[in-house]
Amino acid sequence: MKGNDAIGEGAVRAGCRYFFGYPITPQSELTHYLAKRLPEVGGLFLQAESEVASINMVYGASAAGARVMTSSSGPGISLMQEGLSYLAGAELPCVVVNMMRGGPGLGNIAPSQADYFQATKGGGHGDYRLIVLAPNSVQELFDMMLKAFDLADKYRNPVMVMADGIMGQMMEPVIIRDEYEVQIPPKPWAATGMAYHEGKNLINSCYVIPDEMEIHNLELQKKYNEIRPREQVCEDFMLEGAEVVLVAFGTASRICMKVVEKARDKGIPVGLIRPITLWPFPEKYIGEAAGGDKIFLTVEMNMGQMIEDVKLAVNGKAPVYHYGRLGGILPDARDVLTEVERLYRGGGAR
Amino acid sequence: MKKMFSRPKSLKDIPFHYCPGCTHGIAHRLVAEVIDELDIRGTTIGVGSVGCSFSTISYFDIDMLQGSHGRGPAVATGLKRVLPDRVVFTYQGDGDLAAIGTGEFIHAATRGENITCIYINNAVYGMTGGQMAPTTLLGQKTKTTPFGRDKDVSGFPIKVCEILTPLEGAAYVARVALHNPKSIIKAKKSIKKAFEIQIKGLGFSLVELLSTCPTNWGMSPLEAVKWLEEKMIPYYPLGEYKTCGGGDL
Amino acid sequence: MLEEIYIAGFGGQGTLSTGQLLAHAALKEGKHVSYAPFYGVEKRGGVANCAVTISDRRISSPIVTEPTILVVMNNTSLERFEKSVVSGGLIIVNSSLVDIPVQRDDVNVFSIRANEEAEALGDPMVAVNIILGALVEFAGAVSIESVAESLKEVLPERRHGMIPINVKALERGSKLAREYNISKKANITG
Repeated sequence: MKGNDAIGEGAVRAGCRYFFGYPITPQSELTHYLAKRLPEVGGLFLQAESEVASINMVYGASAAGARVMTSSSGPGISLMQEGLSYLAGAELPCVVVNMMRGGPGLGNIAPSQADYFQATKGGGHGDYRLIVLAPNSVQELFDMMLKAFDLADKYRNPVMVMADGIMGQMMEPVIIRDEYEVQIPPKPWAATGMAYHEGKNLINSCYVIPDEMEIHNLELQKKYNEIRPREQVCEDFMLEGAEVVLVAFGTASRICMKVVEKARDKGIPVGLIRPITLWPFPEKYIGEAAGGDKIFLTVEMNMGQMIEDVKLAVNGKAPVYHYGRLGGILPDARDVLTEVERLYRGGGAR
Repeated sequence: MKKMFSRPKSLKDIPFHYCPGCTHGIAHRLVAEVIDELDIRGTTIGVGSVGCSFSTISYFDIDMLQGSHGRGPAVATGLKRVLPDRVVFTYQGDGDLAAIGTGEFIHAATRGENITCIYINNAVYGMTGGQMAPTTLLGQKTKTTPFGRDKDVSGFPIKVCEILTPLEGAAYVARVALHNPKSIIKAKKSIKKAFEIQIKGLGFSLVELLSTCPTNWGMSPLEAVKWLEEKMIPYYPLGEYKTCGGGDL
Repeated sequence: MLEEIYIAGFGGQGTLSTGQLLAHAALKEGKHVSYAPFYGVEKRGGVANCAVTISDRRISSPIVTEPTILVVMNNTSLERFEKSVVSGGLIIVNSSLVDIPVQRDDVNVFSIRANEEAEALGDPMVAVNIILGALVEFAGAVSIESVAESLKEVLPERRHGMIPINVKALERGSKLAREYNISKKANITG
């Protein structure tokens, strides 16, 4: 199955019946899949006039109680930030897929991880968080769409799934979990018309009185503080006995698995920690893995964004270095290995 | 004794924040009366906007959504597509709909989105303090056109109804005014017609309400009403620009 | 078993669908498999490469930087990727389109005039399948039968009439590869 199709099918299996989006490479194939697939299950695929309109259609559909999603890439995701802030502020669930591409500006369509900051630190205006998932295989693209919709509804919060053009185009076997049962929780808060629930339902992020705005913010923070310890997910690979710990997500983490295999073949004790949730960041696991004489190396397709969270998690217990490639150039396993060997032999910062 | 006049059920019993002489209150009331009369209070959902109209979400006693600036028709689209049997309307000012939200209303109309836009045109930005709106008349003084709107700098005022009329998806387009009782009665008829068109599933409807803003126009309410009649109506002619299904209603 | 295959050429030469065929065949045989295409922004005639990894174990990286088998369909691809092939690996060259020699002497080279071979079969479109037939024979990771069966899944239904000629091309490529192996062995023993 193709990565883009896996995302689309995962969404359909998760009970998503509404997609509003706008074409942009490299996420367009996902829209092609859903444009065909959603009508088959009685759903709606609507091509909007812009990403700005798309995310606001998502806002309306989510407010009506639907499982709804959109997808885009770099520039389009930037255009959606205001809407995402409104969704987070009004506590509306939705899923947004970002097939990251090179930036800043128009950049290019090649794979990138340069939107890490934008996704994990809020992205739009105001104090809010998105739940951010980072699959690294076609199977996970499928599985994580199921998880994304569940998390979104559970916490009434937008969830972003981060991938890139390579993952969208990649083909790998996918086992479709037939036992997955769609369980959409009741949404008594939805604005469906007063005939359908008790009293007036108001979907809102506007609090003119500062005290009320502060209370709303504190409630949001309370929710984020619940999510933070509970939803951290990561995977490790050959971490046993590792003296050099690679930290990488998405496509970069696949390359790092190869680096680990190659390094172990050469007798260098290297392991990998792969954050699967980028927010909440798996700080507990990484923090506990630090210590001894370990060295950490983050491998990212950017100039060093996740490294900041790794440093916070490690909290001074180990040196943390960064290796990155940009512009759609993938880190080459051989080059990463060279860097690992250099650090292992006491090379230190460049 | 029979009570002849009371607050519509669809309006909450809370004081409006609007300035003296502002016609937002009349517009709210007309929409609420129409919802009551059509008996659709339980199935109607409104989308508020950004500007002086930001607190419509508090004033209407029906389910409401706060939309972001200009995006009301997109929000309403998402809502309506999920709940096609509900009545969905947006309530937007001229800055919201005709400046930042230009893309959204035109595309909602051209898709024939089965929603209603209540569009308040008072030729000025109210909430932000009296700046030029896309509808500000040539020569009209505002905070950002202190010497009067100059076509060579800011171009011409935008005519929303005239833009919408040729669009196939637009089913009902009308411009009314709120400056005297006769016009207000006409305005209510138009709003009702727009909602009825939506209920019949005929397509996109928009009612433009020429409104006053004495505070930002720097006039008394009476002067404002006069200015609307003498300056705005000649540039923004009143009438039904498009009626889908003609006189069937 | 770990076979890392890189197929490089221009759009329109069938490089991507060839990789997909191989991936489908591997999936049929229960192997771990990963396919990743790489192409330029042009909608027609740009770079069109793909990586196919087939293994008995979970595949770490789907990105192939050191292929065990490289297929090149034009001069640029040979120049660009020749150095990446592992020592002792194999380069399959479509010599109908590539007119420069392979420089390395630590890799095996199989040159095949695939376009002429395809014309001889009656359809120049199937050149890439002759190459795939040879590739499958050399790699040994999947069977020709699985590839032939996968044609149904990869080719759109309107092209299903083309399946017999495609199968013929696969078989032709496979036969040429077997003959090459024999002749090469003869060289070594001689």
